[in-house]
Formats: sequence, structure tokens, C-alpha cells
Amino acid sequence: MMHFSQLVSIDQLGIEERIARFNTRSIKKASKVQGLKLALSMIDLTTLEGKDTQGKVKQLCYKAQHIADDLNNLPTVAAICVYPNHVKTAKKSLMNSTIKVASVATAFPSGNSSLKIKLADTRMAVDHGADEVDMVISRGQFLEGNYRYVSDEISAIKEACGNARLKVILETGELSTLENVRKASEIAILAGADFIKTSTGKISPAATMPVTYVMLQTIRDYYDATGKMVGMKPAGGISTAKSALQYLVMLYETLGDAWMTNEWFRFGASSLANDIVMQLAKEEKGVYYSADYISKD
Amino acid sequence: MATTKQTTRTKTVSSEVKPGQKKTTKSTSSAAQKVSLTNNTWSYAAAPESTDHISIKEQYDLFINGKFVKPNSKKYFDTISPSTEKKISAIAEANEKDIDLAVKSAKAAYDNTWGKMPGKERAKYIYRIARLMQERAREFAVIESMDGGKPIRESRDIDIPLACNHFFYYAGWADKLEYAFPNRHPKPLGVAGQIIPWNFPLLMAAWKIAPALATGNTVVLKPAETTPLTALKLAEIIQESGLPDGVVNIVTGFGNAGAAIVNHPLVNKVAFTGSTPIGKYIQKAIAGTNKKATLELGGKAAHIIFDDAPIDQAVEGIVNGIFFNQGHVCCAGSRLFVQENIADLVIKKLKRRMETLIVGDPLDKNTDIGAINSKEQLEKIKYYLNLGQKEGAEMYQSNCALPSKGYFCKPTLFLHTSQSHRIVQEEIFGPVLAIQTFRTIEEVIEKANNIPYGLSAGVWTDKGSKIFNLTTKLRAGVVWANTYNKFDPTSPFGGYKESGFGREGGIHGLMGYVKI
Repeated sequence: MMHFSQLVSIDQLGIEERIARFNTRSIKKASKVQGLKLALSMIDLTTLEGKDTQGKVKQLCYKAQHIADDLNNLPTVAAICVYPNHVKTAKKSLMNSTIKVASVATAFPSGNSSLKIKLADTRMAVDHGADEVDMVISRGQFLEGNYRYVSDEISAIKEACGNARLKVILETGELSTLENVRKASEIAILAGADFIKTSTGKISPAATMPVTYVMLQTIRDYYDATGKMVGMKPAGGISTAKSALQYLVMLYETLGDAWMTNEWFRFGASSLANDIVMQLAKEEKGVYYSADYISKD
Repeated sequence: MATTKQTTRTKTVSSEVKPGQKKTTKSTSSAAQKVSLTNNTWSYAAAPESTDHISIKEQYDLFINGKFVKPNSKKYFDTISPSTEKKISAIAEANEKDIDLAVKSAKAAYDNTWGKMPGKERAKYIYRIARLMQERAREFAVIESMDGGKPIRESRDIDIPLACNHFFYYAGWADKLEYAFPNRHPKPLGVAGQIIPWNFPLLMAAWKIAPALATGNTVVLKPAETTPLTALKLAEIIQESGLPDGVVNIVTGFGNAGAAIVNHPLVNKVAFTGSTPIGKYIQKAIAGTNKKATLELGGKAAHIIFDDAPIDQAVEGIVNGIFFNQGHVCCAGSRLFVQENIADLVIKKLKRRMETLIVGDPLDKNTDIGAINSKEQLEKIKYYLNLGQKEGAEMYQSNCALPSKGYFCKPTLFLHTSQSHRIVQEEIFGPVLAIQTFRTIEEVIEKANNIPYGLSAGVWTDKGSKIFNLTTKLRAGVVWANTYNKFDPTSPFGGYKESGFGREGGIHGLMGYVKI
């Protein structure tokens, strides 16, 4: 029975109540260390500024590999996320590591361009070696009700990605309702997304727990209907270790163990890594050390 | 009856295929760096609430006329923790003589001080009690969970704050009774005898005491024998608050003490929350007397899920409706009606959600379902679990591990039930949900009302007009729409039919304590 993709109604208050419940989970001791290390390994360390330069990208790549060399057994982040024109630099800088390079594409962040240009943008990123492509959906078309356009566009980009994994950014901050988030998630998944992602980070609000929860539920319903897994990436606005743990609790209780890996879950964030390192250092050394011990690249 | 066949079926019910175990599809590229989260499960480390800050005496006496006094019976009984089966304290057992003493001091306090005191003065005491409770909220929460078995998350976030809020709310009414009943000149009744259950010990005490004091009555309160501790702690606070002696008397004991309160000639009002059989006994006992009564009795609420409901949130509502407080809730949503076209989906989601419920130590902050209140209650629940299977319903329990000590019960569903099943008709008072399907709105209204109880109901639909249609037709005191088990001091609560009469909470809650 295919229950996926029937019109789903969503109760905002009910969602918020469930989130509040996730947030009462008390994550301490071994679970905390385990959770924080996992969260760190799930980070897509991001720089998406107009002022990005080769130098900046190189520094970030170095940081990704050596986030706190004085601490034991720290995982590295999952990926570096940059604009397409910096993929080459990032790829070269990360040559000797397992860290992936993700590139935004498709006229990021607005997505207001032709399919032709979006495809060219994507191909450039992939040709330069991007392992992952973070595309944006056409929110204008979505809000006009042209769902087929949105879907076809995603499928076309997916094809252009080749072996690179495709993350589809819904920009939930512009979709206004949770029902729209659900609908856009379904479109993205059915059109071939490997990951669905909340936000560009350029619009406020970016990732929120209610929005992420609705997306996780969509992924779960799709899995139920087809047996296929889809990944999730909340991006923007998650800057504290505590909040990362709350997201992990939500992930764990909604999708379960199988998704508790950076293969299926990512945090798009720039400052989160530092706070996690700070907390892990506290767990290892027993005291907090100064924020100045952690690099701010 | 195909009993054996049914039992086998029960055993073969297993959990769903877990994602990532069998049907996992391959990703197009491998992960950057796999961090194994141990071998499989991320379990939450124990996060127990500390018990260091609480003080429980080895022995508690009766709180009569502002003092703790030894019982005439000279007898004490143990109160134990249902999660460890260990004794916590010894509690005085009141007999008829003790009750007589308590009622007489309440009567004297009513005649001499409290009944004559202006409302604005009474309000000050009630506010003070509320604030003292609030200051010691954590202590109350821990003791409530130790003595009654409910998870600390609930006692901390629901029971204790709500109890405080009831005192705050009714303190506000004390000097405004003329506005609650304009031109009716409300007068207090006198001595209120109050008997409360073990499922929300402190909260029920607050529900009873706060409106009685606000309206100028004095009180003799008997907490349940399995959960007397928070009421006795409340007695300490009442002492501290300087409330005139005898205004509130708290007497612990068994059924005979309760009967002595009900039958005492100086008692003007009986307020009871508990089982329907005892409620019937009380009504017989006070027949022909001048005593007023409010009875809040059993329930077997219809919880109705329509196919246009927000399903994931409805599943949360179902969980909250039946597993809140281990299902020891008179208004628990224990009869689930799911529209047939979505039944499979709802049950699948419900089963999965049940797997994430953590059953165990009530003092652990991550516990969702704590201990069953007493051995006796656990036996009763087990009786119904057997009965349900004998009746041919399909039983499903979550795969959680239960602690080896203490009284625990797995969250349980009975599928394929009908109105004729006894597990559908009778109140189980445990984490046991009987699920039926329905087809049309007329059918579900008829079935929802086809029960001697009428305390509460729940409706889940995205359609506002459907909600109003149902709320007018369901014979239940409380109907929740797109939510369940929500309580507030400003909102009246009470039943239809054999679920009792009278309302507690809100402006309606004053009515049971005044002559107008």
C-alpha cells in the first residue's frame, strides 16, 4: 500500500509539543560524548560568502582536517561546502583526506535562473570534482503551484550530478507552512534527491526543529512505502552543541539507528564545530578551555 | 473460542523491519568517514534525578488541628516505592476516633476563624501555600515519583506545577465570589470531607483543597494509602504557612477511614475522586442527609481518529492519551476508534512510536513510563491482559526491557476489538489500549456513547465543523480536539453518567463548595 504522497495534514501545535518532548531528553556522560562526536562527524563545514577567496577556502580545509589536534579520537567533519568556483581549491586542499567536497549550485541561493544555467552551474561543480551538490528548488514556481516544473528541474539536476550525491535545498524559511514543507519534501524525494536540506542559510529562519521534524517524517514515510533511504541536512542556525544533540535525539527517535551516520545526516553549519569541540574538550579535560584555543577559520 | 490459535498469533506479532537492517538501499557514494555509534544503538545514559535534597521522615503521624498527632489506632502502615518495592516510610493509620477528632477540629476552625474570615484574608493564606509549594517543587516532584512510580518528567513538568497553579488560581477567587455568583450571596458549606486517589496524589489534593479554602470551607482530606507522602509534605507546608489550626486536616488510612469521613454527621460536603463502585457507595451513604457531593469517578474515553486527521500528531495524541502516567488516568483515551481506511497506517505508526518509549526508573529524566502504582494494580492489569487474549483480541506489546525489580507493565495494544469485549467496556487503569475501527461518523458517535462512563473523549480531524458536530453529541464532560490530556486550573473537569457529577476547576469548581 502506497501511503506516501497522499495529502498529509500537519498540526503545528502537535509538532511543537513533540519537539518540546525531544528536548526534555537528558543526554549525559557517555551518550553525550558519543553524540557530540557523531555530530562533529556530520558537519558540512560551510563558507558561502560573496567575499570567499582561495585563501579562505584553504584555511577552512585545513581546519576541517585539524580541528583540535590536541584532543584524542576526534572525527573530522563530513565535508566542506563551498561555491562551485572554489571546488577545485577545496578538492586540492583535501587531497589526502576522506573529507568530501560539497558544492552549492543552481544559481544558489535564490535559484532564479534558467534550467540551462543551473545545469551548467551543476556540471561545473561536478567537473571540478564536487562529491556532493547542494541545489536549491525554485520556490517561486513552487508557490505558484507549478510542482511539475519544480520536480522536473530536480530530476534534470540529478541527472547532471552523475555520481555526486544530490542534496535538495527547500529553503523552508520561504515556504511559510509546514504543509508546504511536507509537499516540497515529497517532490524533492520523488524527483531523486539523495538528501533533503532545509535552508541556504541566507534566509531567516533557517533550520528549525519543527521543519526538520516534518522532513524527517517525510523521509520515514517514503522509506515505509519504498524501502529506500533518503538523507537529511538541516542547515543554518544550529550553532550550539546542545542544539545539535537535540537534533540527534529527534533523528534517533524518528528514523532510528540506520540514519545515525554522516552518510544519512548532516549539519550545515559554520560555527557549530567549535562549540562541539569546546564541549568535548570539557568532557576530556574536565574543565572548559578558552574559546581562543579553537581556531576560528 | 479459538483461544489457543489466538495465543499463538499474539506470540508471532513482531516488530517491523528496522530501517538499515534488511531493506537498506545502497548509497551512491560511501560516507566521508564513518563514525560507528557503538555497534548499533545510541542509548541514553541514565540521568537520574538526585534524591539528596529531600527529607522524608521515618514515620508520619496524622495532621489534625495544625499538629502532627499519633493515631488512636496506634497502628502504622508502610508506604513503599513501586519501582524498588522498598519501604519509604511508616504512615499512621487513622480509625473512626481519629476521623472524629479531625472533623471536629475542622468544624471548630470553621465556626471560630475560617468561616468568618473575609475573602481577601483567606486569599493571602492560599497564595502563601502556593508559593511555598512552588519553592519546594523539586522536592515534591521527587517524592511524588518515589512514592507513586510516575516518571519524574511528568511530576516535574505536569503534576507539581499544575497543583501550584490550582492554589494560585483559587486564591484569586477567594475575594471575588460575589462576582462569580452575582446577586446570589454565596456562603460556605462548612466542613468538606475529601477523599483522593493515588494517580495524581498532590494534584488531586490541590484540586480539592484550593476551591474549598477559597470559598471559606474547612477540610478533612484523606490521601490514598499507597501515595500519602506528598499530601503529608503539603501538611508541613500548611503548618509553615500559618494557616489557622484545623482549617486543613490530613488523615491517612484505609477505606474505613474514608467511610468514617463520608458518614460523619458534621461533614457538610463530600468530594471524592476514585472508582465508580466507591462513588456509588458514597451516594448511598449520604442519601437522606443534607450533605452535598461531587464525585469524579471512572472513565473509558473514546479517542476518535478520522482519516483527515494530522496522523503523526494523532499518533502522539494516542500515546499521550493512554500511556501518560502509566495509563492511571481516569480520563485516559483507552478506547481508540480509528477510521477503517487509515487503521493500518495509524497502527503501524503507533507501534513504531511505542518502541521509542522508555519504561523504567521513575526518577530517570528520560523515562517515559514509570512503575505501576501498586502490586494490586499490576495484578489487575495482568488480569485484563489475560482476559483480552482469552476474548480473542490480538495483543501487541513494545519490545522494551522491564526492570527486574518493581511493578512494571509494557505499553500494550489490543487490536481487533469490538464493543462486546470486556477489555473495551471496563476501566483497566493501566497502559493498555483497546483499538476498534469505525466507518462512519454516526457509527462512531453511537459507539463512543455506548458505555456507562462519560468523563472524556478526544477527536482528531482537520475539519473544524466535524469537531463541533462531535463535541455537541459526545456524552462526555471533557472533549479534546486535536490534543489529549490537557489540564488547566481555569478549565472545568468532570463527568457524565457513571463518571460522576459536579465539576472541578474553573469558576464551575467553586459551585460545589457554596450555598447559593
